[in-house]
Amino acid sequence: MSSLPHQPSHVASRRSGGPHTSMFLRMLVRAAVLRRGRAASALLAMVVAAAVATAMLNLYADVEAKLRKEFRSYGANVVVMGKDGTALPSDALSRVRSTLGGETIAVPFAYIVARTRDGQSVVVAGTDLGLVRQLNRWWSVTAWPSENGAALVGTRAATLVSRAGKPFDLSFQGRTIHLTTGGILQTGAAEDSRIYLNLPAFEAWTGVEPSTIEIAVNGSTQEINATIPRLARQLSAAQVRPLRQIVEAEARVLGKTRAALLAAAALIILTSALCLLATLTGWVFDRRRDFAIMKALGASERLLNGFFAAEAAALGVIGALVGFVIGIGLAAWIGRVNFHASVGPRVSVLPVVLAGSVAVALLSATLPISLLRRVEPAIILRGE
Amino acid sequence: MFLRLVYESFRRQKRRKVLAGVAITLGVAVATAMIAVATDIGDKINRELRSYGANLVVTPQEDTLDVEIGGVNLKPPSDGAFLNEADLPKIRGTFWAHNITGFAPMLPVTTKVNSSTHGRDVTLLGTYFSKELKLGKEDFVTGVRATNPWWKVQGGWPDDNSLEVLVGERLASSLQLQPGDQIALAGQSHRVGGILSTGGAEDDEVVAPLGVAQQILGKPGSVRRIYVSALTKPEDALARRDPKTMNPETYDRWYCSPYVESIAYQLEEAIPHSHAQQIRQVAQNEGTVLSRIQGLMLLVTLAALFASALAVSAAMATAIFERRGEVGLMKALGGGSASIAALFFTEAVFLAALGGTAGYFVGVALAHQIGQTIFNSKITIQPVLFPIILAIAVAVTFLGSAAAIRRAVLLDPVFALRGEA
Repeated sequence: MSSLPHQPSHVASRRSGGPHTSMFLRMLVRAAVLRRGRAASALLAMVVAAAVATAMLNLYADVEAKLRKEFRSYGANVVVMGKDGTALPSDALSRVRSTLGGETIAVPFAYIVARTRDGQSVVVAGTDLGLVRQLNRWWSVTAWPSENGAALVGTRAATLVSRAGKPFDLSFQGRTIHLTTGGILQTGAAEDSRIYLNLPAFEAWTGVEPSTIEIAVNGSTQEINATIPRLARQLSAAQVRPLRQIVEAEARVLGKTRAALLAAAALIILTSALCLLATLTGWVFDRRRDFAIMKALGASERLLNGFFAAEAAALGVIGALVGFVIGIGLAAWIGRVNFHASVGPRVSVLPVVLAGSVAVALLSATLPISLLRRVEPAIILRGE
Repeated sequence: MFLRLVYESFRRQKRRKVLAGVAITLGVAVATAMIAVATDIGDKINRELRSYGANLVVTPQEDTLDVEIGGVNLKPPSDGAFLNEADLPKIRGTFWAHNITGFAPMLPVTTKVNSSTHGRDVTLLGTYFSKELKLGKEDFVTGVRATNPWWKVQGGWPDDNSLEVLVGERLASSLQLQPGDQIALAGQSHRVGGILSTGGAEDDEVVAPLGVAQQILGKPGSVRRIYVSALTKPEDALARRDPKTMNPETYDRWYCSPYVESIAYQLEEAIPHSHAQQIRQVAQNEGTVLSRIQGLMLLVTLAALFASALAVSAAMATAIFERRGEVGLMKALGGGSASIAALFFTEAVFLAALGGTAGYFVGVALAHQIGQTIFNSKITIQPVLFPIILAIAVAVTFLGSAAAIRRAVLLDPVFALRGEA
């Protein structure tokens, strides 16, 4: 780098005959090639800033969806009940499913009070145990009953109805059913005092139809609140209501997490933008000799501004594109490590990152140029 | 001479030193704020998760089976065992008392309600709204307003020592009641303080101060169950072990960790003849949510540390690169590479110490600001963070300058002085 490289004569002749634009491009490319150390460090700063910004924006956009999935393990957030404890119409469940789409978990429940052999009252619920298992993942169950005639018995009900897991009889309105203990359920709430059966067996025994449907609706508080009137129109004989305890707490925790992440993203993006600004300003300032020579050779103010602006813009675009790819990778990695699900790339982030990068690059080129413009080329070339 | 060089360098090149110092300050401030927020976010989110309601329930040991559908109790209310209200303040005397954010006793009774036009049987739930209790010299306030933040009241919350009651919104609309109306419960007249909306079974019930329910039931001082809201640590292998099978050392570790299991165990110790257990819907899920959010913030903090380390390195590299003429002059005057490098490193470390200290305090202020705006509470900052941050700042500055210093020292003084590097 200590001396100018030797130029072969044919290159010189081609250069002199070349159009104006090719000279401009040549200056851009040679500037980067000859000072590749400095250009590389400026580009590196650009790439890192763009990558970090991309990763943070991607995470911020996707974190809500990812966390909502975790929050769905709290179970149902909307309940449909027959008015005054009456049974729901028999097509209620299929109507709920057709309104909300196939992926929503909706579980029917029917309840009765049965008598044990020694006359104690116990609540028996009929439901779809396979769906309950998906809906209420916090249920601690020793074994999910598979065969017909096996019941899921709450831990407190178990001590009442069946000593040491023996089969037991329950009676409801004179009809008796013989059940085995398929598994023991523990939740710490009302479920502990109940016995759960699969619906077909339950209905064959009691003739009682479901009076409650518990639904886990995906989506934000607004979406859930919008779902409720839609469901209510479909099911005029029932009352539909949100489980406020679940819905409100989720909105609260999500809101705070998003706000914390936003603050973090803002801080990180600001730091990397400032770092970028410092590096690029130094880079441009460092090239004051080039600036002075061009000016001394008669380059117009417009050309000089255009040259440095084009250089900065090129750096910004290349840095943003490379950084975008790396940032997507970073966000995907964070998603995989933390949520065990990939954070999908969001193309909508690209224009933001691109515009931001070019803007910071242009800003950092403009600052030193406007300082240098006032200085005579001779002074710069003398090294003062 | 060496010290004079360092001193003069700072005195004469104020602009450059200030720029590098600002970069370090900024980087350290962001790192400090992020570390402080990330280490404290577990506690903050844990408190937010308490808005899901109680995660522990205490019931009498010899309790009979609940016969309850959709929140309506079908069992004669005087059945079963009770806890003693006088034992309640002892909850605040347990080992993890500071992690217990609130508790609320419940006493459901079935009674007859008569408004001016209608009459019917309802469940009346006796509880604390925000009751002042005393344990030893300590005063504290607890009740459903702390444990069940999703309960909304139109009108006013009744006083715990009054005869005012809340009426659930569906019950109120079927009885056509407004706040301020009078109703008769078990023959005695009560004022409706407000209309309660919970989205749960309480919407069909009357909620009254505990004393009112005890009087209707005829069992003063009795409580059916207690809901306890506690800040807990996510469950792990140790948490699930049975304390009876542990050796003394493991037992101590288990007992002194705020697992939901160990808090339940301590509640059973504090309240005679009781059985405490976790409410799995709340207790089990908060661990998952909490660890996800904590993990996210941890990874984001790593990204922040990386970005600020890079910012500091870049600033230092630029600062040293600009001074290659100076290096050339020193070398031309006979300065050895080692002493020149030592000069630059001393300057870098000095800058790092200054910028690091300033950055730490700016970061602390930033963390407080974040805590205040997002969580409405202070972010606790461990004092041990200061030396750690300072050490990181010095290390990053040192490493960030190393490459640039090496290059500057290796440069031929002739080229450096001609400005052709």
